[in-house]
Amino acid sequence: MCDLPSDCFSINGTHSSPPKHSLKIFEIIIFKMALLNDLINLNLTDSTKKIIAEYIWIGGSGMDLRSKARTLPEPVSDPKKLPKWNYDGSSTNQAPGEDSEVILYPQAIFKDPFRGGNNILVICDAYTPAGEPIPTNKRHAAAKIFSRPEVEKEVPWYGIEQEYTLLQKDINWPLGWPQGGFPGPQGPYYCGIGADKAFGRDVVDAHYKACLYAGINISGINGEVMPGQWEFQVGPSVGISAGDEIWAARYILERITEIAGFVVSFDPKPIPGDWNGAGAHTNYSTKSMREEGGYEIIKKAIEKLGLRHKEHIAAYGEGNERRLTGRHETANINTFKWGVANRGASIRVGRDTEKEGKGYFEDRRPASNMDPYVVTSMIAETTILL
Amino acid sequence: MALVTDLINLNLTDSTPKIIAEYIWIGGSGMDLRSKARTLSGPVDDPKKLPKWNYDGSSTGQAPGEDSEVILYPQAIFKDPFRRGNNILVMCDAYTPAGEPIPTNKRCAAAKIFSNQEVEKEVPWYGIEQEYTLLQREINWPLGWPQGGFPGPQGPYYCGIGADKAFGRDIVDAHYKACLYAGINISGINGEVMPGQWEFQVGPAVGISAGDELWVARYILERITEIAGVVVSFDPKPIPGDWNGAGAHTNYSTKSMREEGGYEVIKKAIAKMGLRHKEHIAAYGDGNERRLTGRHETADINSFSWGVANRGASIRVGRDTEKEGKGYFEDRRPASNMDPYVVTSMIAETTILWNKS
Repeated sequence: MCDLPSDCFSINGTHSSPPKHSLKIFEIIIFKMALLNDLINLNLTDSTKKIIAEYIWIGGSGMDLRSKARTLPEPVSDPKKLPKWNYDGSSTNQAPGEDSEVILYPQAIFKDPFRGGNNILVICDAYTPAGEPIPTNKRHAAAKIFSRPEVEKEVPWYGIEQEYTLLQKDINWPLGWPQGGFPGPQGPYYCGIGADKAFGRDVVDAHYKACLYAGINISGINGEVMPGQWEFQVGPSVGISAGDEIWAARYILERITEIAGFVVSFDPKPIPGDWNGAGAHTNYSTKSMREEGGYEIIKKAIEKLGLRHKEHIAAYGEGNERRLTGRHETANINTFKWGVANRGASIRVGRDTEKEGKGYFEDRRPASNMDPYVVTSMIAETTILL
Repeated sequence: MALVTDLINLNLTDSTPKIIAEYIWIGGSGMDLRSKARTLSGPVDDPKKLPKWNYDGSSTGQAPGEDSEVILYPQAIFKDPFRRGNNILVMCDAYTPAGEPIPTNKRCAAAKIFSNQEVEKEVPWYGIEQEYTLLQREINWPLGWPQGGFPGPQGPYYCGIGADKAFGRDIVDAHYKACLYAGINISGINGEVMPGQWEFQVGPAVGISAGDELWVARYILERITEIAGVVVSFDPKPIPGDWNGAGAHTNYSTKSMREEGGYEVIKKAIAKMGLRHKEHIAAYGDGNERRLTGRHETADINSFSWGVANRGASIRVGRDTEKEGKGYFEDRRPASNMDPYVVTSMIAETTILWNKS
């Protein structure tokens, strides 16, 4: 059976007009998919009060998302009212086989865009049965930082620009790129349109609406400089919710690429050479920065970040040295510099912020595979607590 | 083709009070599900009010040609997620015209055990974790696996997401909602360790209804894979080698186990299970010896062991149960192709009725 109807059209890799026989097969597959979709889209609210909750957590690599679902007797909107759960940590490299239970603590609820109705997605973090956060649980320490009174008082806002690359499934080559070859050089693709410039917009647009439906604060999308690469932005979010929303958005994105039959990559430099990498620029402001005299606060904060450049870089994502070369709109990984409207700097301040004397700044160093709990809490810690 | 789906989805409640009842039974192999439909004059919600029926047992390996009628006794009703409206699925068991259960009818004996006073008093609860593998239709190779080759080793697939890690989620999600719609007590789903393998859980269900619900959930699953053009396998070790098998872990508790002091009752029950290990294993599914090797989160088929949070044991007790001093235990031995009527009633029989003689 063809995985996608388009498989049935492609004869020897070319999109020529299909013979009658495969058109019939295509029609049968479409009609069977319609029957399957009727079941997937069943609206259960008429038959039962029960809901389905998909519990989501981060696996042993720190980037692999995992999830499983359970039935609850009725709708829930407060994560504190959700039951804790557990999973087999020995299957995700997070516990040994003889003592495999890892406990899931529900932390944030979003509406499930795949199941609709009153069904929910639940972002969780992971603990030992004794109540200790397991080593890969970065949310716990971040939440501690965000609940410090000095930090809470400053109401830290985050806007994260998540870049990612879409890859063809079995060959792990970017979507839209010819097999065994390359597309024309960068130039036409940034915010481009057309079948020869934008690859995978379906995924991107489906993701945008799905996130809005879910209740994620997604603020925009755009096609990126490298063909097959895209970006979405989440924010402004306060404190720990920035991390929760990015992880939920990443989950929804990978579920959508699963449906579409593509692979999503968060590698910071998926294709070596004259092709842009993928980052997760993190925009940041505190109450003081947003008020009169904020620009001075911003400059002091940037200075503090400069003094901890190595520590931040170490926590800003694996493989970032392949991306932060000083070319392709990045600053070299070993240098720290900042500037107004400077995309080649580590930190960029917008012209508006300079003009109005208050606003926010953009840390351009984090890689696309950064952990938002780590990055957001570290920026708050360095600029407010240290 | 849009016209065909319009007809399939016709809502008849406006045109007629008649309903369609799909009678389901288990065929001669003990694992092949069969069904056929009949029209009834109006909606029915009590299985006792449904008429008995019959089928050609000589076509399912369950009766000789010269005396082929096998009688179907309706036992449980579920809403039909395929026909919707007031249409129903009916789980049946099979009898000779003289009223004797035919040899493949395991429900009758199970129902006897569950209506034993000692057992009824203990209100036995079951939660069954049904694992299964999806196969590509023409080549009988797991869904998502490359033809003539293998996917990357196990690790990324358990509860995984993404087109390179999760194969067949449509089927799994359609099944979840279809079962909820049908009135089956489906409590959850997850992607399994072997790619293309999935699990759903049914329960807690009391006594005989655990078996009814699991069989109907299996029926709905195979009807959905039929639509998707994929084959479902309940083989306990579909791919030899370093690939997990498929089981049907059966979680179990009685009233005494769920109350104060329950943990002692649980330990006694597990001890009895240990004394009847061979008898249980013989009834826990064909081919289980290929699966229960002691590797891949199983205990070796010849040893009986139990432990808290130990996935390599025959029986596992959860940390919560140990901590609270009451709860339930998980028998990890049954294979995915076990008969839930046999397994559930046998566990009840061993732990409640049987005394070491």
